[in-house]
Amino acid sequence: VTTIALLLITGLGLGALYFLIAAGLSLIWGLMRVLNFAHGAFFTVAAYAGWSASGLVGGSSPEVQWLVAVAVAIVVGGAFAALTEVVLIRPLYARHVGQVLVTVGLALATISLVQGGFGSDPKRLGLPAWMTGTTTIVGANIPNTRLLVIAFALAVFALLIFFLRRTRFGLIVRAGVENRAMVQALGIDVQRAFTLVFAIGGMAAGLAGILAGTYYGTIDPGRGTSMLIFAFIVVIIGGLGSVTGSAVAAIVVGVLQQFLNFYGAAGVGDFSVVLLLAIVLLVRPGGFSGAST
Amino acid sequence: MTPRVRVTVLVVGLLVLAALPLAGFSIPGLFEGALGGPGTLNLLALCFVFGALALTYDLVFGYVGLLSFGHALYFATGVYVTAIAVTRWHWSLPAALLLTAVVSLVLPLILGAVCLRMRDIPFAMVTLAFAQAGSILVAQNPFGLTGGEEGLALGGDTLPSFLIGVANTRNLYWIALALLVVLYLIAWRAVNSPPGRVWQAIRENERRVAVLGLNPYLFKLGAFVLSAFLASACGVVYLLLQGGANPEVTTSGFTLALLVMVVLGGVGTLWGAVLGGVVYEYLDFRLVALSNTAAVQALPGLLRVPLSEPLFLLGVLFIVLVLFVPGGLGGALRRRLPA
Repeated sequence: VTTIALLLITGLGLGALYFLIAAGLSLIWGLMRVLNFAHGAFFTVAAYAGWSASGLVGGSSPEVQWLVAVAVAIVVGGAFAALTEVVLIRPLYARHVGQVLVTVGLALATISLVQGGFGSDPKRLGLPAWMTGTTTIVGANIPNTRLLVIAFALAVFALLIFFLRRTRFGLIVRAGVENRAMVQALGIDVQRAFTLVFAIGGMAAGLAGILAGTYYGTIDPGRGTSMLIFAFIVVIIGGLGSVTGSAVAAIVVGVLQQFLNFYGAAGVGDFSVVLLLAIVLLVRPGGFSGAST
Repeated sequence: MTPRVRVTVLVVGLLVLAALPLAGFSIPGLFEGALGGPGTLNLLALCFVFGALALTYDLVFGYVGLLSFGHALYFATGVYVTAIAVTRWHWSLPAALLLTAVVSLVLPLILGAVCLRMRDIPFAMVTLAFAQAGSILVAQNPFGLTGGEEGLALGGDTLPSFLIGVANTRNLYWIALALLVVLYLIAWRAVNSPPGRVWQAIRENERRVAVLGLNPYLFKLGAFVLSAFLASACGVVYLLLQGGANPEVTTSGFTLALLVMVVLGGVGTLWGAVLGGVVYEYLDFRLVALSNTAAVQALPGLLRVPLSEPLFLLGVLFIVLVLFVPGGLGGALRRRLPA
């Protein structure tokens, strides 16, 4: 039971990270039909910005350093994403393949720049003492970072749902996902909503970047790209454009991956996630939530 | 240029390229060392292989409009199946090539049959996922076959001697040149055949093809398998050139590089794709050399770091091309030289 509890919560933690990346990807796809390869770049740049900022306030307590890192990562992720939308995506509204290609180029360029500037070795992120400890749940010693990541993901999920269901912009975004042409025809400025979902997605990705650093203890230039692929899988399984679908799929993928990687050989979990994607697509091409694409 | 002049120019150009290993002089700035020396020949041969590989990718992406993110998988199939058969099982080269040919027909047939049930971006995602599965498989080193992250040096007693050693680089150079020419002819024949016309019709309007009574699925599958098979052939030559298999060729980053090559050269033109592959590989190699020169190393960090990263420069070049030169290098050239 202890092993199962540990695996379950570690899997949930991993799923929480996937969700933070996937939620933005899913919204961006749903509203704009852009497959955003640059999401991994938002993740990486924000993580390094947070790490650098926590170094700048090196004299203060670890708690303050960590909070500064998180805040800076969120702001930088959001700003970078909004800038990307305005500068690179906006001129290409009429060309969908062009938009995908630009995000691919941005991802390549940014990640190699980070690698050149900071080196490819992992950087250790300073953590407050209580985070490196463990909490005992049904006999299993769960690292506190796992619980922290899960709590953050739940908060983001709640905020996103509130934003989408209860605010005017959320209404525009939801309507845009359903039928973009109609929203435009009603005289609503969808472009502002585009920049907004990019900023929100970038903030979530930036948070994921610094939380992944907390979860693993280190940050490195390659992690954004490898997590992005699983986030893509989560988005597709969950149904493109659906935040709730992404949340469910993220949990399924994260937990499945942890259990199979533990009980099977290493890599079996990663492998079966891909298999799960193939099966879901063959049975329900629209994903769990069944939204037609 | 009339078609006749064009063919003459092409043939002369090919003869010059074929005679290159015999050249003793050097072109400073463009290539280090003598033009006929092994270093330059190896670089040129790699350029040819990537030109050919970009060509195979352009067949599915440029001519059928299938945005596949899994093309690296089929290139890697050629690399790894041959390497395993020769190095681990000590098969003779012809037997290994036969096995590779069978695998690189069957694998894309099965995966293509599944992936092509999706369209557009979902198709791209499934191909990406399958390629990722292949990448994980290679990295896990099952039964000690692939060598995991270390890669697999091509060894074994069964390789013919004319393929081994620095002195025989010119043989590999000729093989790479022949690969490029043969693949170009096959691709040219394919896109100008009746099925090739259907591919381009599918790219323009798939539903209309279906309404006209043709089955787009079968045509797409045919193009997918052909392109994957030819990519595996490129993988075999790449393996011989590099003298080993490297897990890097299985990654999604490698497929993205292919995408960059094709877009760089011009989507939907055969020679544009070849040009893109050649230029990309050349720049990738030369930019590394550039970053190690004293002039760049002496620059302050703010300038030195971006200039030392070939992928950064290529990524920026790629963004600029997508934004401002939609037809790629090929399209830009064609506007200058009307046919």
